[in-house]
Amino acid sequence: MTGGSQTTAAWLADELEAGRTTSVEVTQRHLDRIADVDGQVHAFLHVDAEGALEQAAASDARRADGAPRSALDGVPIAVKDVLATRGLPTTCGSKILEGWIPPYDATVVRRLREAGLPILGKTNMDEFAMGSSTEHSAYGPTRNPWDLDRIPGGSGGGSAAAVAAYEAPLAIGTDTGGSIRQPGAVTGTVGVKPTYGGVSRYGLVALANSLDQAGPVTRTVLDAALLHEVVGGHDPLDSTSIDQPVPALVDAVRQGATGDLSGVRIGVVTELGGEGYQAGVLTRFQESVDLMVKAGAEVVEVSCPSFVHALATYYLILPAEASSNLAKFDAMRYGLRVVPEGSPSAEDVMRATRDAGFGDEVKRRIILGTYALSSGYYDAYYGQAQKVRTLITRDFEAAFGQADVLVSPTAPTTAFKLGEKLDDPLAMYLNDLATIPANLSGVPGISVPSGLADEDGLPTGIQILAPTMADDRVYRVGAALEALLLDKWGAPLLDRATGLEGAP
Amino acid sequence: MPDTPPTAGGASISREQVAHLADLARIDLSDAELDHLAPQLSVILESIASIQGVAGDDIPPTSHPVPLTNVFRDDVVVPGLTPEEALSGAPEAEQQRFSVPRILGEEQ
Repeated sequence: MTGGSQTTAAWLADELEAGRTTSVEVTQRHLDRIADVDGQVHAFLHVDAEGALEQAAASDARRADGAPRSALDGVPIAVKDVLATRGLPTTCGSKILEGWIPPYDATVVRRLREAGLPILGKTNMDEFAMGSSTEHSAYGPTRNPWDLDRIPGGSGGGSAAAVAAYEAPLAIGTDTGGSIRQPGAVTGTVGVKPTYGGVSRYGLVALANSLDQAGPVTRTVLDAALLHEVVGGHDPLDSTSIDQPVPALVDAVRQGATGDLSGVRIGVVTELGGEGYQAGVLTRFQESVDLMVKAGAEVVEVSCPSFVHALATYYLILPAEASSNLAKFDAMRYGLRVVPEGSPSAEDVMRATRDAGFGDEVKRRIILGTYALSSGYYDAYYGQAQKVRTLITRDFEAAFGQADVLVSPTAPTTAFKLGEKLDDPLAMYLNDLATIPANLSGVPGISVPSGLADEDGLPTGIQILAPTMADDRVYRVGAALEALLLDKWGAPLLDRATGLEGAP
Repeated sequence: MPDTPPTAGGASISREQVAHLADLARIDLSDAELDHLAPQLSVILESIASIQGVAGDDIPPTSHPVPLTNVFRDDVVVPGLTPEEALSGAPEAEQQRFSVPRILGEEQ
């Protein structure tokens, strides 16, 4: 019952509302599924069976009283381990935070609790969200439910794999350069990066403040909209939070689900395709574009010339911000403390702790950021990156003058083999080629499954981007494409995942 | 990964530079780690060096995707963490305070 395409969050919410099941039943089924398959998948770093069942029982009591707190009251969820959860370990996939139990909830987590969603546990991730494969987790990689020898994407591979393996109907991810969308693409699931500032960052352990954004990880576009409406909106605790109402996302999905795209202008970005993209990814992408045209959309080709510099811009801005953010891991107030022999000073303790507590990728990026911010290099690198960021935003503005949404493949390839790019940072960085521009500019984006690549039978994704605060557009077009593809396939893509024994 | 020779544009990073940067970033890197990380950092740096000179002087920098200024909240007291909560993750605590190693070096 946890398996099978009918078990969407929206369907579970309907079953709960109609009294045909209980949150305790639903939550227990997902905990059982985790017990059955997570040994293979390793999507979770921590499972809170007791807490989740208590929250489920409380939800059932509310439903029995006719007072559910939200449409999703009682539908369980998994949370990426980068969000602070009061009373539950929060490690960010790092040894430096092993065993840390935050004394407070992130705003996203507080909103989940207030809406009555039982929290199943915390999901695996690349250390401090640095990576595209979840292999940089200090606690071992997550595996792709389509093929256990392959990566589930990253940094939020745990959240995507949990949802793809039916261990959770919903999950929260965070997206700094594609960490929600790229795992969605390679696991055949849906992921949304909201407009920057659309979802509070309070309690989200910062990788790069000006790029980070939390959002939904789900199996359907409707489920993403339902979850987005729960966690989105202004938060006074985050000074970068946008003080405007969240657009009507569920309504946008219902409009899109009719499959009619008449009058919608779809812009295909010249720079996000072609060389470097796997043939099967491009074939499925073109097929999706053709379907949207058949449904009434008008297609225009748009050029965003500065996008060719997006990767370099990102790998200056992100390490610069990360090296500053991670300075707080100083072995004094929380987290790991390693004390060298003799009579070490606080600084000696700091150095030893940071060497022992951080993994290779974190060290690489801290050093790169320290370099980019050094006097003498600042203008040539960081200052220049900030200017190119302006050019990228101008490209988006010009493109959105010609098109309502922009589309591209989400990731240039399907899931690669574990270990294949682990020690080749540049090859790893290229996975985020298509997703990074949205973070640099703050615009919202969704990744929707677009099929299986002919050459390897693995999932591919299409990315749909919209202007800042027009998140409803990515939901409308995403839902339309999802409906058109479902009609073509006859069943959800995930029904064809065969990586897990006895699944789904 | 092979060693990458320094390029003319200076878009390369030596083992000594990496050691210095690690020192600035308060990370004790072992010799083995320096051998491993320095060439990788050179490759990354070479690839991002292409950004130099892309934007002219007339282009304003962007620090933040959605610029906001003067974000204030009402000046009212709100509950905070208790001392016990604030200290709950401390490696060492004493008398409701964070207990830390000596803060001065031997030479100071």
